[in-house]
Amino acid sequence: MSAVPVIVGYVLREALRRRVFAVVLFLTIVFLVLFWVANHYVHNELRTLQVPQDVPVDARTFASAFLTGLALFATMFLGVVLAVFLTLGAVTGDAERGLLQPLVVRPVGRSTFLFARFLGATAVTAPYVIAVYLSAVVITGLTMHWWPDRIATPAIEIAAAVAVVTVLSLLGSVFLSSTANGIAVFMLFGAGLVAGLLGTIGHAIGSTAIRHASTVAAYMTPFEALYQDALRQITASTSGLTGFLLQLGPFGGAYVHGWGVRLWALAFLCLVGTAALLAFKRRDL
Amino acid sequence: MYARPVPAALAVRGLAKRYGAIEALGGVDLDVAEGELVGLLGPNGAGKSTLVKIACGLVRASAGDAEVWGARAGTRPARRALGYLAELFRFPGWMSADELLLLHQRLSGSEGGERERTELLELVALRDARSRRVEAMSKGMQQRLGIAQALVGTPRLLLLDEPTSALDPVGRRTVRTLLEELRARGISVLLNSHLLSEVELVCDRVVILLGGEVVAAGTPGELARPRGIELETDGGTRLVEGTREDVPRVVEEAVRAGARVYGARVLTSTLEDAYLEAVGGETS
Repeated sequence: MSAVPVIVGYVLREALRRRVFAVVLFLTIVFLVLFWVANHYVHNELRTLQVPQDVPVDARTFASAFLTGLALFATMFLGVVLAVFLTLGAVTGDAERGLLQPLVVRPVGRSTFLFARFLGATAVTAPYVIAVYLSAVVITGLTMHWWPDRIATPAIEIAAAVAVVTVLSLLGSVFLSSTANGIAVFMLFGAGLVAGLLGTIGHAIGSTAIRHASTVAAYMTPFEALYQDALRQITASTSGLTGFLLQLGPFGGAYVHGWGVRLWALAFLCLVGTAALLAFKRRDL
Repeated sequence: MYARPVPAALAVRGLAKRYGAIEALGGVDLDVAEGELVGLLGPNGAGKSTLVKIACGLVRASAGDAEVWGARAGTRPARRALGYLAELFRFPGWMSADELLLLHQRLSGSEGGERERTELLELVALRDARSRRVEAMSKGMQQRLGIAQALVGTPRLLLLDEPTSALDPVGRRTVRTLLEELRARGISVLLNSHLLSEVELVCDRVVILLGGEVVAAGTPGELARPRGIELETDGGTRLVEGTREDVPRVVEEAVRAGARVYGARVLTSTLEDAYLEAVGGETS
């Protein structure tokens, strides 16, 4: 296991040199600036907005929670982009380019190698996701004078969601070329998000079948379930009509949540990780 | 008390590999002894790279065994004992030669430190390129760096898959000298190459593969066959049947027959002739 920090360091340096960070940093700055602009204009609009007296809605809470939910989604998306680009060619892609063979013939062990690749990618994505999300929370907090009901838990959950995508990407990299793996992981990620939105619609129209399908899909793609749970944490203590309206929206509704989902996501990560290790061990290079 | 037999550096028994319907290796036996330099020849698709990859644990055999210094190929002790240069390899372009060797030192658990890196870079004539990035190196320099990388951790068996394919004549001579030095140090080498002249010059023994099977094996001398005696006389040059032992008799007979003999040369087939005979002119 002493090789783990060596490979993690190699992954981090490779990411830096391949300018993945530079691209993601640029996109992140663009996102945060646009997010601040959005917060600024929403805040100005809210000052002139007249909510009827008989409608018990806290417009500021509604708008701020909605914006924070949007930030949560954008942060996870950027984190997933980073994770996928760091891992999509970890096995087949690097083997095709001839980068992998000199490393795995060393007495390191393929399991150690893949585990270190996962740690390296997560060591990049987790702090990144947490930092971007907290930046967005601070922007909303300072601009809209509103803070989420839970701050740390959603940050940890989207970092975990990105880790789940990372391990899926590593599994895919054992079987697929870089391009095919990238497409497959992004399609899976998109499918998970669509299932989540479908669940929101199902709840809004009271369709048991759609709700059931959405729940099953969320468990099959635990990153989506973690994302939903994180969304729910933002407005965990918001109740009344404001809470109800947030539940209807795309950035507030969460119907799969709680410790069951979190433990399942952990188990899923371990299962997929084990499958990736076993497949990599049997893979001819 | 009996001394335990010293295991071969590489022992391959009945090694077979199938990729779906394609049989890459069909039961190969091969040994590389301590300090022996064995050349592996054969046309493209003969199974040479597959054999080398099985030996270093990159590919799983369908049947048979491969052992490196008595340890099953692919296991940690086996990988600890070998160095490998792949036919198609690439190193991260952003790394310097020194950083690359440092990475491999850490992965192989080598404690050679900077001294080992300096020595290896000197050995492959890259001392001045120590800080140069891989992306700024020529293909030949990268190939020499690849050999240095394979030597990190002082392996006892070196598996080289086409190590001279991108080298110019000077680079090839550097590698040839290096291989001779490694042999002198007792390091065993399995050299997979298309360059017959290189193999003939440095290898103790040659194994020729065709269609995943060994079709010829032996020392270059054993594989090369006598082709007769070329006799140069005042009547012209002619080829007479015979070997080195027959030269005095052939010359004597020619002189007795009234010819003026200017020279006699024993002709033997080259490794190339032996190779072409073994593979039947086959190529992929």
